[in-house]
Amino acid sequence: MSDLLIKNAFVIDPINRINGEIMDIAVRDGRIVEDVGQGAEVIDAAGCLTLPGGIDSHTHICGTKVNFGRYMSPEDMRAGREARRGVKHSISGYSVPTTYANSYRYAIMGYTTLLEGAMAPLEARHTHEEFSATPLQDVMANTLFDGNWGVMEAIRDGDLERAAAIVGWTLSAVKGFGIKLTNPGGTEAWGYGKDVTCIRDKVPYFEVTPAEIIETMIRSCELLRLPHSVHLHCNNLGKPGNYACTIETLNLVPDLNEKRQTLYATHVQFHSYGGSDWKTFCSKAEPVADTVNNRPQIVIDMGQVMFGKTTTMTADGPMEFNLYRLHHDKWSNHDVELETGSGIIPVLYRRKNLVNSIMWAIGLELALLVKNPWQCMLTTDNPNGAPFVKYPEIIALLMSKKYRDAEFATVHPDTGSKVVLPALERELDWNEIAVMTRAGQAKALGITGIGKGHLGIGAEADIAVYPLKVDDIDPSTEYQRVIDGFAQTKWTVKRGRPVSRDGEILVHGENTTIWVDPKIRPERDISRNPRFVEMFNHWYSVRMSNYPVQDEYLKRNLRMETEAAI
Amino acid sequence: MIHRDMICPFCGCLCDDLVITTEGNEVVQVDNACTLGTHKLMGAWKNRLKNPIMRNGGGWRDASYEEAIEYAAGVLLDADRPLLYGWSSTQGEAQGLGVSMAELLGGVIDSTTSVCHGPSILAIQEVGHPGCTLGQVKNRADLVIYWACNPTEAHPRHMSRYTTYADGFFLENAFRDRKLIVVDVRKSETTSIADEFVKVKPGGDYAVFAALRAIVRGRADVVPDTVAGVTKEQLVRIGEMCKEAKFGALFFGVGLTMAPGKYKNIRNAIELVDELNRYTKWTLTPLRGHYNVHGSNEVFTWMTGYPYAVDFSRQIAFYNPGETTAVDILARKECDACLIVASDPGAHFPKACLEHLAKIPTVLIDPMHTVTTPLCRCQIPTAVNGIDAGGTAYRMDGVPIHVKKFMDLGYPSDTEVIGRIFEQIKEVKHP
Ligand code: SF4
Repeated sequence: MSDLLIKNAFVIDPINRINGEIMDIAVRDGRIVEDVGQGAEVIDAAGCLTLPGGIDSHTHICGTKVNFGRYMSPEDMRAGREARRGVKHSISGYSVPTTYANSYRYAIMGYTTLLEGAMAPLEARHTHEEFSATPLQDVMANTLFDGNWGVMEAIRDGDLERAAAIVGWTLSAVKGFGIKLTNPGGTEAWGYGKDVTCIRDKVPYFEVTPAEIIETMIRSCELLRLPHSVHLHCNNLGKPGNYACTIETLNLVPDLNEKRQTLYATHVQFHSYGGSDWKTFCSKAEPVADTVNNRPQIVIDMGQVMFGKTTTMTADGPMEFNLYRLHHDKWSNHDVELETGSGIIPVLYRRKNLVNSIMWAIGLELALLVKNPWQCMLTTDNPNGAPFVKYPEIIALLMSKKYRDAEFATVHPDTGSKVVLPALERELDWNEIAVMTRAGQAKALGITGIGKGHLGIGAEADIAVYPLKVDDIDPSTEYQRVIDGFAQTKWTVKRGRPVSRDGEILVHGENTTIWVDPKIRPERDISRNPRFVEMFNHWYSVRMSNYPVQDEYLKRNLRMETEAAI
Repeated sequence: MIHRDMICPFCGCLCDDLVITTEGNEVVQVDNACTLGTHKLMGAWKNRLKNPIMRNGGGWRDASYEEAIEYAAGVLLDADRPLLYGWSSTQGEAQGLGVSMAELLGGVIDSTTSVCHGPSILAIQEVGHPGCTLGQVKNRADLVIYWACNPTEAHPRHMSRYTTYADGFFLENAFRDRKLIVVDVRKSETTSIADEFVKVKPGGDYAVFAALRAIVRGRADVVPDTVAGVTKEQLVRIGEMCKEAKFGALFFGVGLTMAPGKYKNIRNAIELVDELNRYTKWTLTPLRGHYNVHGSNEVFTWMTGYPYAVDFSRQIAFYNPGETTAVDILARKECDACLIVASDPGAHFPKACLEHLAKIPTVLIDPMHTVTTPLCRCQIPTAVNGIDAGGTAYRMDGVPIHVKKFMDLGYPSDTEVIGRIFEQIKEVKHP
């Protein structure tokens, strides 16, 4: 690999406590080094905000339900078509674009690492196939355990180590990254068309509660020493009054890890609703943010809603069916035996709609009310709240009270009495944005150690150079410049190689799939446990030997081995 | 040698529990597969074409792989509107290369979907798809409907692996506790074991779905005494059964997609299932024929945004079934070269299409001599996925399975051959 020198960059690198220094960044063999010699390729980044490559710790870009979102929506595909050019393949789609489109658009915005938020283990091979067609980012997949029969039986038997052993084996079998719980227990109940209301209901037949699932999985995660914490989509998503359930859930979480949070609660916007029905619907961002402020062991992501068309997709099957009954457009559902489920529906978030306007406000409120930016990640739960291409607008909204007020003037007129947003004066600074879009995400995912999310010596040379003259711009008034600047990098560098320049894709890259392989004592190897094998071969519709994802599905990959405590 | 947990590369059930015994390069025994699967596995090593063949006046001559691949690449490069068709009985990796090749060529790529479940996809694009994996059905379903299909003959192990004869986790005595309804225009092997056989007059499916929807909604009063030959009494009984089931699963075949009404039938079926979900749990699954036809839809979708019939002539992916589907392109004599991979249009397409195929340079990639062979100018034999080649396939419910290779007969795989054609095309076409 050749050397690269990025000169005169205005650098913000929160992990290394660099906040606006003019520096040169030297790169050799894909890593950041002290310096490079004369022959290096030079990028002059003078006057450009230079950050570690963006990291999205919660997005839906690859896998069965994402692809089904495309499959059922030719109208969405027609919205984003671009012709093939040079190394760039033709692309289609707006809210659920093709794999190439996702990869190119993220690259143009300076994103270099993506976490697919929900992979059904039985269908993991599909996610990995699409990963290998995602050329410009490193990728990883959180793995769904919300309705896992083996885990629920272990919980019923009070056998924590067994639950951990099942999780550990499954993660290595399907090349997953971390534990995802989506409406724990609810997706299993949905197998017979039911749901759970909050964390104290019993899951039919298995007789365990969501609270028990969440607690056991948090402890299993720590026993397995996984880099990332449990990634939780709380029960009761999208329902008026659900904030109480969210707070009850957050209050369950012990503080178990010095390096990172113990729980990552996702798209909390969808879980911070007050009122008892759609008429009394209102924001409860304040009590939820207060809970987060009091509990450093919790990190959340916003799940910001932005106005316009999108496609919602989640493993939360019952929630999608309820949403479909409100929207009446079209509905797909896909339950996965012994594990989880999913649903997909298109939606249109409208400014004229009071509920949608309140939802839009809640996401912003959460980001402004959570004091510590390391505890709140900037996401839309792409594409659920909005497609990720809206991130620059969200950044600008967080940096500018004036922009928020201007937008607020266009939403439903009754919104003001239902939210606190207009009263919030806080304007985030560049450093806080850098935390919420890369440094904090890397830390929450536990991947700073492999060189992600920062620009220190030895870090992966994933670098985003934005055409933003920080000293020259007042983000609180010049928000359009902020939006434009974050929408398209001057340069995006992936592993030391410039992959896009001014919106042009330069290379057909090769990503790395990051997965976790917990090393468990042989006597705890669940794949040799007769009861588990019997359960597997009897009730799954595939043989156990055909379940693990073969190595050939991972093109380039980084296996993070952990020393499990079981 | 005994190979366990092998995958059957025949129908969309993708059974993965086969035990195959080989002696040298011969399959001597296949356990667990149905007759269709067994036949394919036992026979496949025999009737293979030995090497590529090319037209020689009125006859054929042998050719080397180099020559045949060069010919194929040349034909595709020379064409203004090449059609790349088939893809349902090959590995996902080959399908992916096919898409990239069509993109670079500015050609059209289509799979056999357009002549089987294309209408199902059109319906799904309008109203969605309440589905599930087959293990959900196996473990939960107490009511199964097969509509316009005959799994006993077309998917022989569907019932024993996933429905009627399968054990179910939540069912005490699955065989006794499960009810079976079969809807068809005529009696078949499957109808003979049904608890209810609903005999519909040909072309009457749409009306029957509509009547059932009305009944489920509580509007039996608007339903006439008979609907497409089915009595109201039976329809009401079935409506009740559907609502009372704890978990219902509706499967349907090409008897519905290709019947009068086409995609409207499926749309109505989906909306019936959707309606039933307001009372209890219901799912719907198209019974896909070729073992990897669903895979072609998946691969095409993540690469282009559309499940089949993708036209790259404008450099963007363009999709308009009825215009960009293989049969339509051939019938309009639009394409000037054709590459056919792992399918047999010669046996299925209308005569006018075949006449055009015979007129233009058509290249076939297929292990065996088929009905399509006489229409071609060149045939390149390849390994059979699931026998002497491996790769990915998607089951009818979307579960991706790694189809395994268990012997080596010296043939290149589809992926290899298409990869080599693509390389040659890239040498000329790429900047
Ligand atoms: S049912 Fe289909 S997949 Fe299964 S053995 Fe028979 S032909 Fe093969």
